[in-house]
Amino acid sequence: MNIYIQIAYLVASILFIAGIKMMNKTKEARKGNLVSSVGMLIAILATVVQVQAITLVDILGCMVVGSAIGLYFAYKVEMTEIPEMVALFNGFGGLASVAVALSDYWLKTQEQAINVDAITAVSVALSIFIGGITFTGSIVAYLKLGGKISGKPIMFGGQHMVNLLLLIAAIGLTVVSIMNQADPIFILILVAVSLLLGILTVIPIGGADMPVVISLLNSYSGMAACTTGFVLNNNVLIVAGALVGASGIILTQIMCKAMNRSLVNVLLGGFGQTASAA
Amino acid sequence: MNAEGLIILLYVLVLASYLGFELIAKVPPTLHTPLMSGSNAISGITIVGAILATNELGYTQLSKWLGMLALILAAINVAGGYAVTDRMLKMFKKK
Repeated sequence: MNIYIQIAYLVASILFIAGIKMMNKTKEARKGNLVSSVGMLIAILATVVQVQAITLVDILGCMVVGSAIGLYFAYKVEMTEIPEMVALFNGFGGLASVAVALSDYWLKTQEQAINVDAITAVSVALSIFIGGITFTGSIVAYLKLGGKISGKPIMFGGQHMVNLLLLIAAIGLTVVSIMNQADPIFILILVAVSLLLGILTVIPIGGADMPVVISLLNSYSGMAACTTGFVLNNNVLIVAGALVGASGIILTQIMCKAMNRSLVNVLLGGFGQTASAA
Repeated sequence: MNAEGLIILLYVLVLASYLGFELIAKVPPTLHTPLMSGSNAISGITIVGAILATNELGYTQLSKWLGMLALILAAINVAGGYAVTDRMLKMFKKK
């Protein structure tokens, strides 16, 4: 890869770090967000200059459509509805990581009929698993916060056992898919299992705990971007993803403490239904 | 990817994660939601991967369509994420 592109990615990473740091202080927070968005712009430009001229129309077209949708909802939404909007955006980011990892995997194993090495294959599986949970989990959080489905915890018998079995199934599917890369069925089932797990892990959590859950899912989407960085061998994805993944976990803990809750308590679900305000 | 390449990337991962832990240790409670929203926009960095995935020829391949889907979703995440964070923080200033 071109050295100038690498340098641009490095600059973008620095701006993300500086931006997050500035967002710790009330006075500098807005500027910090701007600094981080400049970092994103640099990363995007450095990537767009690498592409073939013939695909530029597709790329710019998709970006314009996506940005327009994002901006429309960002400005249209009521102030009180912002947390659920963040959840929705976060879910889209998670699904994007799933699609990127699956796209790269599909190109190599199906269209070019080559096997990828174990490190890449595990990274693909992790991106799909974490990104899939992020997507459906965020959608459930969005629906609960918006009152489109009941904010009450939805529980059923043996819920934790089902989740555990799905987790084991995901690990098994990862192993089988790595050994049988020519057959895409296993990786596609992994997509389905991840999406299902996202729903099942968030529905038992009460509406009042949703901000904490969104913060955790935000951390997950960072981790998904990070594992996608391992698939594509791309440093800026790893740095930005790891920053969000780690800071998201800490922020989740801080938020739990502020609410006098433990993270384990929130994740096991069934609490928080007494407080109606979310 | 070979083992050596993996080790370098793991170094990057470990150091960036540690930095993420340290960066937000003293954030005031009023900034929790904006910080969450702002870092959510950063996680849209997967847009870089989506651009590369869309950079394929031909519309008959699933990988290309997955790339385009990823690019639209990531662009929503990035543009919407930064805009909504800015809106929140603008409100803070007025107070």
